[in-house]
Amino acid sequence: MTNIIRRLWVPLMALMAITGMGQMPIFKRYYIADIPGLAWLGQPFTVHWVHYIGAAVLMFIIAWFVTLWVAKQPKLTTSGILRIILLALLVVTGYVRVMKNLPDVHFSPMITMLIDWSHLLFAMLLGIAAVWCVRTGRKAYIEE
Amino acid sequence: MKKSPKKNSSPNTPISRRTFLKVFGAAGATACASSVHPAEAQNSAPKEELMTVLDISKCIGCGECVTACTESNAHKYPTVRKPIPKMFPPRVKVEDWSDKKDVDDRLTPYNWLFIQTAEVEHNGEAHEINIPRRCLHCTNPPCANLCPWGAARKEDTGVVRIHEDICLGGAKCRTVCPWHIPQRQSGAGLYLDLLPRFAGNGTMLKCDRCYDKIAQGEQPACITACPENVQRIGKRSEMIAYAKELAAATNGYIYGLEENGGTNTIYVSPVPFDKLNNAIDKGKGKPHLAPVENSMANEETLTSALIAAPIAGVAAGVLKVLSDARKEKNND
Repeated sequence: MTNIIRRLWVPLMALMAITGMGQMPIFKRYYIADIPGLAWLGQPFTVHWVHYIGAAVLMFIIAWFVTLWVAKQPKLTTSGILRIILLALLVVTGYVRVMKNLPDVHFSPMITMLIDWSHLLFAMLLGIAAVWCVRTGRKAYIEE
Repeated sequence: MKKSPKKNSSPNTPISRRTFLKVFGAAGATACASSVHPAEAQNSAPKEELMTVLDISKCIGCGECVTACTESNAHKYPTVRKPIPKMFPPRVKVEDWSDKKDVDDRLTPYNWLFIQTAEVEHNGEAHEINIPRRCLHCTNPPCANLCPWGAARKEDTGVVRIHEDICLGGAKCRTVCPWHIPQRQSGAGLYLDLLPRFAGNGTMLKCDRCYDKIAQGEQPACITACPENVQRIGKRSEMIAYAKELAAATNGYIYGLEENGGTNTIYVSPVPFDKLNNAIDKGKGKPHLAPVENSMANEETLTSALIAAPIAGVAAGVLKVLSDARKEKNND
């Protein structure tokens, strides 16, 4: 099962990146949603729901790996630690935003804006870090 | 009540590129500092949200509220820089109301309140009902929840507001609003300083329930200007009780209590709202009066999945660790 989860990681992160970008109304504007099969990317609520569902699957996977890591505590690589920190910040800001979307819970306008922007910022930084790791051969999170 | 740092900002002061980048840079640090608390957690004695009740049997359609709204909020209207940039791709249309500021028979960026008239028959009696229409200020507004940029927000007073200095004019708020109430003015706002042709398209505007007057302890302009006392504003619980009493006393009907999960604007009418909805003009800038399901219901359900998922992940991980340990022991 661990191998299946590993294979799920990249497609899932890609889905989260796409649906995250899709929170901005750009896919309809730039004809992406006109491509057959991608019309859902132009529907704000659908993109939002898919982002939530993807986040739930992602949280299952993260919790799975964290539990395995706690059990054996293998040494992490520096690039792995960097990506884990960015991912943790992304997850925290994501959960805060989910909380804000509940009825009877709201934050001040400034905090709402900062959460939105920091979630976007951490996603971009994680994407950059992931690409950098692939290009420099630092793909592993755990030292062999 | 929690303080809102932007409440007293000048609405027409454009955010500079430097300020924008500074705030963007500070965003991550602020989030890391975990300084986020729900509104109620920040104040031991939170005030209730404010709700308005409109007894539309009283409205004579004089338009005093519309005029008062325009005059009172004129300083919030956007200053348009012309020529307005041509958008890319061409399917993105410029929406310019700056030369049509006098339009008052629909919602526009310069007209946040208008009056719809419905002639209907009910219980053998003819009624002419006038309905002041504006943003309903949902209790869990999809415009604020789905705005990716934080420009649309709900404040502690229950006001749902679009911050004109931050808004890029993508109009997602209008798309997800069940009544499509926010309206766009191109050629104004932050997008002009970012990527004027390629991202954004202006700024979105709608009723902000005179948030600045409310902050000063005053009432919204449309309420004070009304000669017939159509509207009443107060604490949500008190206004709900008042609306229900009014509806019971007049054999009336209520709109807004359940719509979109509840709004902070309630209409009480002597005529059922399905009849009113059939009788009014509907279309761009002219919201309907049909029943509305809770737009955020699925998000509320999916939140449970987001809480359960990591718990399930830990449980599955523990089972895997135990299984591996058992296999290792058997191999020994």
